[in-house]
Amino acid sequence: MTNQDENKEGIGGMINPRRYGIERVAYLLMRLSGLGLLAYFIGHIYETSSILKGQIGWNAFLAITQTNAGHAILAIVIAMCVFHTVNGIRVMLGHGGVGVGKPARPDYPYIPASQNIRHKMGIYSAIILAAIAMMYGLAVMFGE
Amino acid sequence: MAQTPSLAEESGSTPFSSSQSITLRIARYNPQHDSAKSFMEFQVPYEKWTTVLEAILEVKKHFDHSVAVRYSCRQATCGSCGMIINGKPRLACFTKISELNSNVITVEPMNNFPIIRDLAVKFERLFDTHHKIKPYLIRDDTEITTNTKEFLQTPEELEQYIQFSNCIKCGLCNSACPTMATDSSFVGPQALAQAYRYVADSRDKGKDNRLKIIDDSHGIWRCHFAGSCSQVCPKGVDPAMGIQLLRGYMLGFRS
Repeated sequence: MTNQDENKEGIGGMINPRRYGIERVAYLLMRLSGLGLLAYFIGHIYETSSILKGQIGWNAFLAITQTNAGHAILAIVIAMCVFHTVNGIRVMLGHGGVGVGKPARPDYPYIPASQNIRHKMGIYSAIILAAIAMMYGLAVMFGE
Repeated sequence: MAQTPSLAEESGSTPFSSSQSITLRIARYNPQHDSAKSFMEFQVPYEKWTTVLEAILEVKKHFDHSVAVRYSCRQATCGSCGMIINGKPRLACFTKISELNSNVITVEPMNNFPIIRDLAVKFERLFDTHHKIKPYLIRDDTEITTNTKEFLQTPEELEQYIQFSNCIKCGLCNSACPTMATDSSFVGPQALAQAYRYVADSRDKGKDNRLKIIDDSHGIWRCHFAGSCSQVCPKGVDPAMGIQLLRGYMLGFRS
């Protein structure tokens, strides 16, 4: 059965953050930051492997990270790392059933208990902390 | 004495006499003939209580009777008329035009379900996955043989699962789920929430059996708690909560 036959939304639908509130935004950011950190991890291993070329090779590669573009990338990595950590703790607790509310007879207009203020605060906290950490990183790297 | 209108007069009359109207865009697609989805537009009058389903039926009655749509109860009980309305999965009978705050209403078939024609989709996979998690009480004894007692429950035990028994199997949660958007084999929020409904039932003894079924690479671990399923549920079932509580059993947070 083809994708069209199944009428699946596909990746475009999966990453669309506009329809289902801040939880879906967090879902997208979690995936993007996870992929970004994976890419950084691979790049970091490649970078540190340059020490096998001796001190000259190491210093030459390290100089790349001292450019404006290098600083900007590192600042984004800091933001991704902080968001992924904080939001990851929220999601892990949720996965264990912690903070998702208790089952109860639903009353109209049926506001889902699992989408409660604690989780929304967790998402906003992760975004704000990531932004603060990134700005601090930028201040340290560009402030000299 | 009031005169009863004839059948011909009744079927030819327009039920909406309002001066207000909206543009109803209906997705048309027949997998046997068409290569892609197209849209037909209709100007439909409406009152503040008119539902999207009534507007679609108005189109069928006065403009194009070939529009395919599945519906039955018209009161959010049968779960037949799920569709994408202005970008979000909703029940057409439970969505008033006036609450959408738009002069253009676009209706499309639910995502992640194969299309039969136009707005009607196939529910086979939904029912298969629902059946897969054994949606019934599992225990050795029975309450229907003679000399046996009924299975008693306290109100507190009932509260543990009653919310999840409201599921009408409309499929809106599966349509909104980001994992279902890419993974055809995923069990889906509807079936997982129903697995929790029976696991949490104090009369049921099939917990280990069900947890084994959903402990699969396309099972419960594919849920990433995006919560979209709960946001679109028209009955307040909150599948996301049920799935996380169910995962709590598997991770040892609950027993």
